[in-house]
Amino acid sequence: MAEYREVTMDDLRGLVTDRAITGETVLLNMGPQHPSTHGVLRLLLELDGEIVLNCIPDIGFLHTGVEKNMESKIYQKAEVMTDRLDYTNTIGNNLAFCLALEKLLDLDVPERAEYVRVILTELSRINSHLIWLGTSCLDLAAMSVFLYTFRERELILDIFELCSGQRMMTTYIRPGGLWRDVPVEFVPAVQHFLDIFPRRIEEYDGILHKNKLFQDRTKGIGLITAEECIQYGVTGPILRGSGRAIDFRRARPYSVYDRFDFDIPCEQNGDIYDRYLVRMEELRQSTRIIEQALQKMPGGPTRSSNNKVVPPPRSEIGISMEALIHHFKLWTEGFCVPKGSAYQTIETPRGLLGVYMESDGSPKPLRVHYHTPSRTNLQAMPIMTRNRFLADVVGIIGSVDIVLGDADR
Amino acid sequence: MNKHQTRAVEKIQKDFRASVEESRGEVALLLPPEAFIPAVKLLRDQYGYDLLILETAVDYWPQLEPRFHLVCSIWSVGDQDLLTLRVPLNGNSPSIPSLTSIHPAAGWYEREVWDMFGITFEGHPDPRRLIMPFDWEGHPLRKDYPLGYEEPQFTFNFDKISAGKPHPKE
Repeated sequence: MAEYREVTMDDLRGLVTDRAITGETVLLNMGPQHPSTHGVLRLLLELDGEIVLNCIPDIGFLHTGVEKNMESKIYQKAEVMTDRLDYTNTIGNNLAFCLALEKLLDLDVPERAEYVRVILTELSRINSHLIWLGTSCLDLAAMSVFLYTFRERELILDIFELCSGQRMMTTYIRPGGLWRDVPVEFVPAVQHFLDIFPRRIEEYDGILHKNKLFQDRTKGIGLITAEECIQYGVTGPILRGSGRAIDFRRARPYSVYDRFDFDIPCEQNGDIYDRYLVRMEELRQSTRIIEQALQKMPGGPTRSSNNKVVPPPRSEIGISMEALIHHFKLWTEGFCVPKGSAYQTIETPRGLLGVYMESDGSPKPLRVHYHTPSRTNLQAMPIMTRNRFLADVVGIIGSVDIVLGDADR
Repeated sequence: MNKHQTRAVEKIQKDFRASVEESRGEVALLLPPEAFIPAVKLLRDQYGYDLLILETAVDYWPQLEPRFHLVCSIWSVGDQDLLTLRVPLNGNSPSIPSLTSIHPAAGWYEREVWDMFGITFEGHPDPRRLIMPFDWEGHPLRKDYPLGYEEPQFTFNFDKISAGKPHPKE
């Protein structure tokens, strides 16, 4: 490590206006320990009175070196770390990793596993949106919404626990299918959730949709146009709130998403309120997808029968020599992945998540890169906050819906 | 490859001496470094590849020629199509022109690649580190950068390791 060095004003030249150097405008640190930055995000704000002239996001406080770590672990172990990136959408991260790996391996996935994957990913999307709704409203001083959304989130976490034994870091989706089949209580539990959830969405909408206070804090604030979104790589509800209906579930279908009937919500103004409307509609559409998937879900196996990659069932190990060898090989050496690279994109609650995976033919990945929506969306923060009030910055961070584990990796 | 993509790929191949690799349904164009910027500009302006959805690097150390590959994926919003560009870079501290003038989104991606791999981007407006602390030395995602595990303490090296450990002051 180099000698400790203080940051001076010279380091900031070019990032802030010259008026900040002379002390005419105020430089203010927001975060990293600030309750409404949703994690450890630091914003360096240049203020003229209460108006934000410049906003410089500073990330990396939650950097855990996941990509570096993955390079020294076999694929099964590397997958466990993907949960920890975006901790509100853990199943989606697993799914992206497994899809990329399955593309490299050319591995088949049974039908039933695909449907369970879709159900869980959509539940995960609802879970993430509920956290967003609760916490971003908390930032705007609407306390009660938070309590309601976390009540429903509990139902989803219970379903995750039912399947995998874990509430958040499930690692339930595995290369070639699932860890194991869902228990018999799964379908009634999801059905129960579907029965009550649509009414609950109306409940949240009843509190917020026509609420004058909420509208005052959100309408016309945090504006970004669709062109700017595309230039800055912003995807997800922010892009859809600005008038471009781009959803990678439709644009580049993965898993079995092409078999379901759902709409892509889209609004025109590109402010916080429109992002709210888009996400609320996404809650309804996700419910629709789960309903269809539940109806169409076939029986059968949930894991690929390719035992070079997927561990054999426990019951076979005692009676089959081959199964024992496979089991031993998989948990010591791992499986070798053919040379090559794959780029898998999925639509997470925040936007486009891309997993770039490259293999050199060994059981450990040569490179895994998570192109995460939180990081790209955060990059556009300066545009959304420019010339707005300081108090609006809090609302804008909430509407971008960042997860810092996702941005820093 | 669909029709639209074929046209774009053929044009790039003809103009910039690029080679095409196709694996697992994904098309990658291998470009020489000097053709990188013109090719991306051409793809954006004439073929509608406008959304930059990946810019990262891969380190092939100990191989030095090329040591790195810069990997870029660009999505065409209008035609719903993905194209990947790969640029081989030789040597230990390579440099390549920055994409920021064409895709502002590249700003943070390139900062991260510089931070993690030490690839310099010429003409980048804000060439700071993105994730590591600003006074950090080294580029962690390089293959010759150690992972930083703690060395196990055995009887033969107990004292040596113990001396380096942080102990409370008396």
